[in-house]
Amino acid sequence: MTDARTEILSRIRTALGSDAPGPTAAGVVPREYRSAGEHAPGSDVVLALLVDRLEDYKAHVHQVPAADLPGLLADLLGRSAKSQVIGSSDYRSPDVLPTTRESATQESAGRGAVVVPAGLDPAWLSAADVDVHTDSRDAPMSAAELDQVDAVVTAARVAAAETGTIVLDGEPDQGRRAISLVPDVHVCMVRTDQVMQTVPEAVRLLGAEPARPLTWISGPSATSDIELERVEGVHGPRTLHVVLVS
Amino acid sequence: MSTFLGMPAAREGAGPSPQAAPGTLSGIGRPEDPLHWGASFPDAAKAALENGQLRRNLGKATSTIRTKRARVVGEVPDWEALRDAGSAVKTDVLARLPELLEELERNVTARGGVVHWARDAVEANRIVADLVRAKGADEVVKVKSMATQEIGLNEALAEEGIAAVETDLAELIVQLADDMPSHILVPAIHRNRTEIRDIFLERMADAPPDLTDVPRELAMAARSHLRRKFLSAKVAISGANFAVADTGTLAVVESEGNGRMCLTLPETLITVMGIEKLIPTFDDLEVFLQLLPRSSTGERMNPYTSMWTGVTPGDGPQEFHLVLLDNGRTKVLADEAGRSALHCIRCSACLNVCPVYERVGGHAYGSVYPGPIGAILTPQLTGEKSDLPYASTLCGACYEVCPVKIDIPSILVELRAREVSLSGASPETADRVWKAAMKAASFAMADGGRFRRAARVPRLLRAISRNGVIRRLPFPGSLWTRSRDLMEPPQQTFHDWWAEREERR
Ligand code: SF4
Repeated sequence: MTDARTEILSRIRTALGSDAPGPTAAGVVPREYRSAGEHAPGSDVVLALLVDRLEDYKAHVHQVPAADLPGLLADLLGRSAKSQVIGSSDYRSPDVLPTTRESATQESAGRGAVVVPAGLDPAWLSAADVDVHTDSRDAPMSAAELDQVDAVVTAARVAAAETGTIVLDGEPDQGRRAISLVPDVHVCMVRTDQVMQTVPEAVRLLGAEPARPLTWISGPSATSDIELERVEGVHGPRTLHVVLVS
Repeated sequence: MSTFLGMPAAREGAGPSPQAAPGTLSGIGRPEDPLHWGASFPDAAKAALENGQLRRNLGKATSTIRTKRARVVGEVPDWEALRDAGSAVKTDVLARLPELLEELERNVTARGGVVHWARDAVEANRIVADLVRAKGADEVVKVKSMATQEIGLNEALAEEGIAAVETDLAELIVQLADDMPSHILVPAIHRNRTEIRDIFLERMADAPPDLTDVPRELAMAARSHLRRKFLSAKVAISGANFAVADTGTLAVVESEGNGRMCLTLPETLITVMGIEKLIPTFDDLEVFLQLLPRSSTGERMNPYTSMWTGVTPGDGPQEFHLVLLDNGRTKVLADEAGRSALHCIRCSACLNVCPVYERVGGHAYGSVYPGPIGAILTPQLTGEKSDLPYASTLCGACYEVCPVKIDIPSILVELRAREVSLSGASPETADRVWKAAMKAASFAMADGGRFRRAARVPRLLRAISRNGVIRRLPFPGSLWTRSRDLMEPPQQTFHDWWAEREERR
C-alpha cells in the first residue's frame, strides 16, 4: 500500500498532466501593484493616516515625545488598573463581565498589575503606580497568572498606516504572544519611524526574519457575528492604546 | 446512521434534547457528509423562499457587507493590479504544487513541526484523533476552519469521546443549535439576535439567566463561557488561510482573538489545511493580506492575524502538527476548465453579491461551501452529479468581486454542459434542471438591481458564438438550440446603452 504522501503527490502530478510545467516553467506573476507608498515612513501624512485608521477601529491613540512617555503610561495604567476596562459602563451589569479577575479588581480597586516583556525599557514604567510583572521565554507566566493581570505594555516591530495595523514579532521588547493577548488592556508603543504607509512595506520588512512568531493587530478584538453589528472586545484585549512615540 | 445528533456541546441538563426541537434548533442536525446533505437544491430553495424571516435576516446581512466591501475596495488605487497578482500567484501555485508542497514540508519540519498527509476525510480525522488521544485530552478548542468542517472533524472526534469546542462566536452559535453553517464567513448569518439569545439560554449552561438580545451582551456571555476553556486547553485545532512554502510559515486571519487564544496558549497545535492553500514566498503575503480582509468582512484589515513557523521555543505551542488534506482537491486539479476553483481564498464575497444566495440562503446548497463558489467547488470535490451548477443566474457579479478572479460563471456553464452528458438528458432530468434554472432566472428578473447584474449573461453567450451565430447553447439552452440557431446578442445590453447615453448627456 502506498503511503498518503506518495499517493497525493502522484495524484497531483497526474492531474497536472505530463506536459505540466515543471519548477522551471513557473508562471510569471504581474506585480503592477504598489510595493511602497508615496510617503516616507514616519512622515506626517503617514502618521495622520495611521491615527485615522486606528480611531476608526476604536483604538485609543496618543502621540508623545519620548520624554513624556513615563507620564503618559502612569496616567493610562493608573486609569485602567483602577477603573478597570475603559468603556465598561457599556456592559449592563458586573455579572455579565467575563472573569472573576475583572470583577474582583473592581471591588478591591487597589494597585493594578501590569505585565511587561523582559526587554522593555524599565524607565518607561518608572512613574506608574502599578505592580509590574516581567515575562520572558525563560521565565514565562502561566495563562492563569496572566489572567490576573490588568494590562500589558509592549513595543512593536512595524506599523502599516493604510490598514491601521501594528505588528509584534516576539522580540524581547515585545514578548511572548500570550502576554499581549490575555490581559484586558494592551498599551502598544510604536516609534514614528516604524510607521510605513503600505502593507507591502511592512511585509518586506518582516520578511527579513520571517520565522519569528508574528501578531498583526488592527484595533481591539472585535466580532460582527450577530446581525453584523460590530462589538469591540471579545476574547483578546478589549481596549487597545497605541502610543506613537517621536 | 444518517444524521449525527449527539453534539458534545449539548451537555447533560444544558437544554432540551434535539428531538424536542425547540424553535432555536435547526432540525438539520449534523449530516454525515458535510459536502452533500439535505434536499436537492430546487426543493431546498423552494422551502427557503417561503421562509420570510430567513430572507429578511439574509437580505440585511448581505447588503450590509456588500456596501462595506465596496467602500473599502474603492479606497485601494491598485485593486485590479492586486487581483491580477493574486490570480497569477494561485495559477503558479497549482502548476508547481508538488514542488511547493515538498518545500513547505521541508521548512515546517526544519522548524520543529511535523507534517502529515491525508488522502481523504477519514484519514485526516484518524490522524487528528490519534494526535489528540496521544496527548490524553478529551476536549480540544477549535478555530473556525472550512477544511475541518468539510471533513466533519468535530463529529469524528465526538465518536472517539473527544469534545471539540468551536470558539468563533458564530460557529459556537451554530454548534450549540445543532445547526449547519449557512455562510463561509458568518456561519450564523441566518440567525437574528433574538434567536441567538434563545440558543444561548437553552444550550449554554453558564449563560446569565437574564441575558438580553443586545449583541454586546451576547458576545460577553460567549467570552465568559469560553475563557476558562482557553486558559486550560491542552490541544487546539485550526485551519490555515495561507501557508508559505519558502519559509514554512502558517497564517490565520480572524477578528475576535479566539484564534490567537487557540494558536498560542495550548501546548499542542494541530492545523488541518487543504493542499491548495499554499503561496510560494513570504512576500506574496503582501498581495493576499490586502485582498482578503477587504473582500470578506469589508474591513481594511481584520483585527488579528497570527503567523507562526514551526515551533518557537518558549513561546506558544511546543508541539505543532500540520495535516495536508487532499479530499477531492486532486480531482478538481485534474479538471483544466474548473481547476481555478482551487484559487479560492474563502473570502465569501461571491456569496454576498449572489442574487440566488441572497434569496435562498446557505442551507439550500446542502454543503459547507454554499453560494457561487460552493456551486462549482462542491460538485467538483465530490465528483457527484449535482443540481448546484444551476443555482445561479450567471449574472457575473461573483466574478467581478472575486479577489482572485475565479471566473465562476464560465465554470458553471461548463459544469452544466457536463451534467447533460452525464445524465444523458433524460426528459425528466431535463425538465427538473430546466425548472431549477428558470427559478434562478426569475429571482434575477424580480428587481432592477438583480436584473442589471444578470445582464452580463449575453456577454457570456457572445463568448461561445461563432460568426455571430450561437449554434449550441450550454444545457439547458441546448434543448433550444438543438433545432435552431440563435442570433448573437448585441455587443451592449440595452441597459448599458441607456446608462452610457445618460452619462454623455
Ligand atoms: S470564489 Fe472568490 S469571491 Fe468566492 S469565496 Fe472564493 S475567493 Fe472569495
